Amino acid sequence: MSLYLYGGYTGTVFFILVLVGVYYALSGQGYRFDFGWFLTETSPYMWANLGVGLTISLSVVGAAWGIFTTGSSIVGGGVKAPRIRTKNLISIIFCEAVAIYGIIMAIVMLQIIEPFDADMARYEVRKANFMAGYSLFGAGLTVGLCNLVCGICVGIVGSGAALADAQNGSLFVKILIVEIFASVIGLFGVIVGIIQTSRVSMGNKA
Amino acid sequence: MAMQELYFNIDNGYLEGLVRGFKGGILRRTDYANLVQCETLEDLKLHLASTDYGNFLANEPSPLTVNVIDDKLKEKMVIEFQHMRNQSVEPLCTFMDFITYSYMIDNIVLLITGTLHQRPISELITKCHPLGSFEQMEAIHVAATPAELYNAILIDTPLAPFFVDCISEQDLDELNIEIIRNTLYKAYLEAFYEFCSQLGGTTSEFMCRALEFEADRRAFIITINSFGTELTKDDRSKLYPRCGKLHPDGLAALARADDYDQVRAVAEYYGEYKPLFEGAGNNPGDKTLEDKFFEHEVELNVNAFMQQFHFGVFYAYIKLKEQECRNIVWIAECVAQRHRTKIDNYIPIL
Repeated sequence: MSLYLYGGYTGTVFFILVLVGVYYALSGQGYRFDFGWFLTETSPYMWANLGVGLTISLSVVGAAWGIFTTGSSIVGGGVKAPRIRTKNLISIIFCEAVAIYGIIMAIVMLQIIEPFDADMARYEVRKANFMAGYSLFGAGLTVGLCNLVCGICVGIVGSGAALADAQNGSLFVKILIVEIFASVIGLFGVIVGIIQTSRVSMGNKA
Repeated sequence: MAMQELYFNIDNGYLEGLVRGFKGGILRRTDYANLVQCETLEDLKLHLASTDYGNFLANEPSPLTVNVIDDKLKEKMVIEFQHMRNQSVEPLCTFMDFITYSYMIDNIVLLITGTLHQRPISELITKCHPLGSFEQMEAIHVAATPAELYNAILIDTPLAPFFVDCISEQDLDELNIEIIRNTLYKAYLEAFYEFCSQLGGTTSEFMCRALEFEADRRAFIITINSFGTELTKDDRSKLYPRCGKLHPDGLAALARADDYDQVRAVAEYYGEYKPLFEGAGNNPGDKTLEDKFFEHEVELNVNAFMQQFHFGVFYAYIKLKEQECRNIVWIAECVAQRHRTKIDNYIPIL
């Protein structure tokens, strides 16, 4: 039932957008749909701060997702097998590491944001600042989304590790290796994010 | 629902961990090897104390009887199930309620039969399975006719929709009580199958397979048991649950069958059921068909634990615990009666 409702809403919205777009195209006003105007008129500060926001928020969502997935399994499995409780906190630590990557990247990105004089600036200065804004946004997406899926992945594997450990203690170390590989993908996101933001700078000098 | 791994643990993570912990306490082959060595029921109690059961028989007065052991085994399973049911939320709680409906059907049929034979209600209530208890149980003896029973009492129980589908008010008066039981069970299985298919994902994958086997097994057993009775072929085919693999061709063939060999011929068409009929026989030393069905069921249910993030583990756990109770009671009976030739006929689980 709700499928029909959401399908109906999306269909209506999409139809209206298509209608507006076709109207503009057919009435010779196609030039009004100006993506270039949008990019040059929006402030690079918006992009940069969106990037910082995405970094920290998506990383935290990923870490939280992983922690609740693993945590509830540890609590359940720990009832009949209390020995798993301490060892499996390692899985929680791997999930938490994802959030730490996010905050480190967010702080690194924050340091780059500097004020610049938009009206009086030379063309090169404006170019550099816009690039910094877009780079920070891109880096935010990179790091945020990588950490989101990394957190989810580590969580699901950690849940399996806890339940397997409860049945057979020798399985834990083997599944931990899978978890280590899972947490590396978050690190990949951080590395790419660092490279994206390493060469940009904002400010009046450029 | 796709990608169950992402959000299954929000509501059900703790309970899945808990039920897997309970499953780890199911008796293994070494435990059974110890149990069959016992000479008396006191020995049995001692050996059970070192398993997950612990001192569950500690407060029972000696001499122990097999009935007492059976009751206490069931009580432990019921306590575990009730704990999990109390913690669960939708849709797991509806799923667990569906599991209890089969016990409710057995209880209702027991109470109706007992009332027809003028047994006191208190005696009947003690014989009911605790998992299938419902609020109106005490009131069953008040109704004079089955029709009144339905209108006054059963209509408020969760089983009311199963009565509505198949039995009308007039039928309740005339039908044999076993036919009522089988018709109710058929409606229950089909409703459960529908519910599980709509849940989707791994749950429906496992549960539909388990319920298909249950439906087909009932079809075979009803057919075999009806040879030599007054049940007509039409009536018999109305009792077959339609949610199994045998539907529709196998069920039509079973409805026409006249003896055991024809039933076996129907089973030959189905890859899973052919080996079950092949090994079975009534000679001493052979496994009976019921045993083969139980073995196959245990195999199916153990596989539930191979996948994570689905509800099938709860259903499988109850079925495996039931089988364990049957095993221990079988061994206890053999020990109590000192008739040890068939003591190894239990079905090993893990």
